[in-house]
Amino acid sequence: MKYMLLINSAADDSEECQATFEDWQVYDKEVRAAGIFVSGQSLADLVTATTVRVSPSGERTVTDGAFAETREVLGGFLVIDVPDLDVALDWAARCPGARGGGSVVVRPIADFG
Amino acid sequence: MQEIEAVFREEHGRLLAALARRFGDLDLAEEVASEAIEAALVRWPLDGVPPNPGGWLMTTARRKAVDRLRRDQAYAAKLAILQVDAFRSPDAAQVEVPDERLQLFFTCAHPALAAEDRGALTLRCLAGLSTPEVARAYLVPTATMAKRIVRAKQKIREARIPFRVPDPQELPARLPGVLQVLNSIFTEGYAAQRDDLAAEAIRLTRILRRLLPIEREVTGLLALMLLTHARRDARCHGGEIRLLDEQDRARWDRPMIEEGLTLVVAALTGGQPGPFGVQAAIAALHDEAADVATTDWPQVVALYDVLLALTRSPVVALNRAAAVAMRDGPAAGLALLDELTGEPRLRGYHPLPAARADLLARLGRTAEAATAYQEAIALAGTDPERSLLRRRLRDLPTPS
Repeated sequence: MKYMLLINSAADDSEECQATFEDWQVYDKEVRAAGIFVSGQSLADLVTATTVRVSPSGERTVTDGAFAETREVLGGFLVIDVPDLDVALDWAARCPGARGGGSVVVRPIADFG
Repeated sequence: MQEIEAVFREEHGRLLAALARRFGDLDLAEEVASEAIEAALVRWPLDGVPPNPGGWLMTTARRKAVDRLRRDQAYAAKLAILQVDAFRSPDAAQVEVPDERLQLFFTCAHPALAAEDRGALTLRCLAGLSTPEVARAYLVPTATMAKRIVRAKQKIREARIPFRVPDPQELPARLPGVLQVLNSIFTEGYAAQRDDLAAEAIRLTRILRRLLPIEREVTGLLALMLLTHARRDARCHGGEIRLLDEQDRARWDRPMIEEGLTLVVAALTGGQPGPFGVQAAIAALHDEAADVATTDWPQVVALYDVLLALTRSPVVALNRAAAVAMRDGPAAGLALLDELTGEPRLRGYHPLPAARADLLARLGRTAEAATAYQEAIALAGTDPERSLLRRRLRDLPTPS
């Protein structure tokens, strides 16, 4: 069963207990060593985001940024393959992104097979 | 016939849990469990009750599940069942139905489910209540409840919430969630004076205690429920709530109190007590007293101190203030309540203005008491609670 962990950080970086680069390295290593890693990326800073919408008439609108009024910012994602939700929640809880005001949303990957 | 149905209600949870565990799907388990029970209702009156009724039901249900999965290969694939025939079972007379209700308790109370759905699912799956019965328990339309149950079951299936008992190291974090669900079913019944619902919560907690005999908090919760439920007849008077100081204690259920007292001792023996054990101990002090005046209030306050240290809950602080008022007088209690008025977690919580009103009345500050009762009436959630508060308001002496 595949789950995507959406790793959100608090929009204001004022929290003191932010995870360090080393924390992320350790976590990444653990996920790979457990043999559950499917894919994962961290995203560049939110200021680099661009939003595209296409109207019913086919007109394209391009705007700077992502939807603005959000308190949490998607900073990266990880797809893992584990037996059930309890295991997925354990890996989410171990993720450095779940600390320091951040959160990890666990979503099952839809199976249309 | 009604006896047979009572047997089925008892067997249903067990059967459902074993099937859910076996096939990993609550919908399939429910479907074939009720089909097996229907088959039994037809066959048993004709053929007689088989020597091993549980085994008969399990075998019949399993056969129906296998047929269903054979017909619907896509469904089987979704449940990751590759060898459907592996579920064929031997002779019904030899089949032991394993008790896997503990797994189901943890699944139904899983923290990934919406808090409001956990109690509903527990009543549906473990107590064997029908959807309309669960809807009645929560005072919502059947269609609303059906939607909630479907949503919860969909999450269990699609997010793959497992049917498992947490490991010993996870148990301290997960068990309180299960106890919370059972306690909320009980208090729902208690607040609305629904004895059937409270009794259902007690029945479920008894089952849980049989499955987890060494967990003292389960014992504590059962003791708390029994020691509270024992007062039900005295508490309810013509559809109205009578408070502790107004109750006819001769109408308390003595055997139930005796059972509760034995359980309290077990809950408090052998290590740090948990919050339910301490609450049960407080209930026990009330149940042992001949009247309010001779209740051991210093001991009640001491137990609330322990409970407050364990829970840091403002609701506990509120109850502690009421006990202090009994020990040291209404002015002391009121001073503590006034400290709680700014507490955000008590905003909209009617027992706070109600407790203030009681103490103001005892201090002879009638006008302020009346205002506080009115505030409490506006916030109260159930009719019996509102009518109790209206009566307290009416009983205030008229200012001279």
